[in-house]
Amino acid sequence: MNAPIVQYKNIRKAFGDIEVLKGIDLDIAPGEKVALIGPSGSGKTTIIRLLMTLEEPTSGVIEVNGDNLWMMEKGSKMLPADEKHLRAIRGDIGMVFQHFNLFPHMTILENCMLAPTIVKKKEKAAVRKNALEMLYKVGLSDKVDLYPSQLSGGQKQRVAMARALMMKPKVMLFDEVTSALDPELVGEVLEVIRGLAKSGEMAMILVTHEMDFALDIADRVLFLNEGVIEEEGHPEEILVNPKSERLQDFLSRFTSSR
Amino acid sequence: MGSIADISLVLLSGLKITLIVLLLSIVFSTLIALVAGLSRVSNHLLVTKFTGFYVEIFRGTSLIVQLFWFSYALPGLFNIHLGSDIWVAVLAISLNYGAYMSEIVRGAILSIPAGQTEASIALNFTGFQRMRFVILPQAIRMMLPEFGNYIIQILKATSLVSLIGLTDLLYYGNIYRSTHLSEAPTVYLLILIVYFLLALPLIFLTRRMEKFAKKGVVHG
Repeated sequence: MNAPIVQYKNIRKAFGDIEVLKGIDLDIAPGEKVALIGPSGSGKTTIIRLLMTLEEPTSGVIEVNGDNLWMMEKGSKMLPADEKHLRAIRGDIGMVFQHFNLFPHMTILENCMLAPTIVKKKEKAAVRKNALEMLYKVGLSDKVDLYPSQLSGGQKQRVAMARALMMKPKVMLFDEVTSALDPELVGEVLEVIRGLAKSGEMAMILVTHEMDFALDIADRVLFLNEGVIEEEGHPEEILVNPKSERLQDFLSRFTSSR
Repeated sequence: MGSIADISLVLLSGLKITLIVLLLSIVFSTLIALVAGLSRVSNHLLVTKFTGFYVEIFRGTSLIVQLFWFSYALPGLFNIHLGSDIWVAVLAISLNYGAYMSEIVRGAILSIPAGQTEASIALNFTGFQRMRFVILPQAIRMMLPEFGNYIIQILKATSLVSLIGLTDLLYYGNIYRSTHLSEAPTVYLLILIVYFLLALPLIFLTRRMEKFAKKGVVHG
């Protein structure tokens, strides 16, 4: 196995008195697709929010390409990461959110163009061409001049993916990206993710409740329960032949509701 | 009814000062509001505390006392002279209204959903880029209608400057009345009308801004 692109080492995270993550160890290989499943409140979303630097771990180390994300070396001392350090490292990470978080005052095209233009300082014409290609890939070529409020949820989520892909991340995080969608719109979003998974060298961490989907695209499935990784392995083992009672219990709730 | 024409002519000579103080105060109170509002949401505790102190002092005391303070007390006490009376007036009004309006700026910035900040972090914007391209463009739409209301109030506040000897609309009205006591009702009626006519375009502007604001913010 290649050197991992992301490593979690004994990560703990507490919000006030409530410990959400109780010692997470996790390696992600370059290009690996990992699905995180588990009951709500199990800490799935917190795991990826720590990597996106939206939350700071209480203790433990996260490394991206071998660089410590939340601490930096200064002389001989290790100090808490400053904004500059975080920006240098999180350029490799991208994220798609449950509630899309598109910029409502900008058109679809502008949403996709903003980050490459101002963060990577790329030339506008080239960015524009790239953005149009990206929006074509997610099937929204006819919507580029519309505003987010004029789109359906599924379309918004596809824009959000195009926008994140514009920054060419090496690791893409998906935070329950279909949970806020009407059931009939889930398919079009999963289709785009499936395309990305089959084609890309991009590593992907998906927090999801779509079990069939996880089975289909993931290289590895992790079952989280009460802040620890309770079971992990190939999707078939986890979803078809679960070992622990808790996982069996969790999965049975999904099959019964299908 | 020759007197109406006479009075109007006298009032017109004060119109210039009223308009100058109004326009300068609008510009400076807006600038102060933006700077103070942004300072109050900054991460630097010292900046936040200092601005908070300024806002509460100027909101908590009356404009007319502030005018007198800048005009008479500061020069007497510390030998600080703030230049011409016009600038004294503009400074007092702008600091006073800037304090109120900074609360609008602060409120609007804080009302932008956290998801917008998170998306900006995920796209690796700097803090400045996040404010400049994502938060402020949305927040300003929310501020505009409220700003319009305060601008109308600033117009009315300019009438206080006659009390530190600036020769504005009200000042000339008072002068005229003091020599034509029986015409007091006509004088003050005309003054009301002039202020209302000045306020009309501002009221219209505020309506326009309300419409613009409603169109602008829909969360995606």
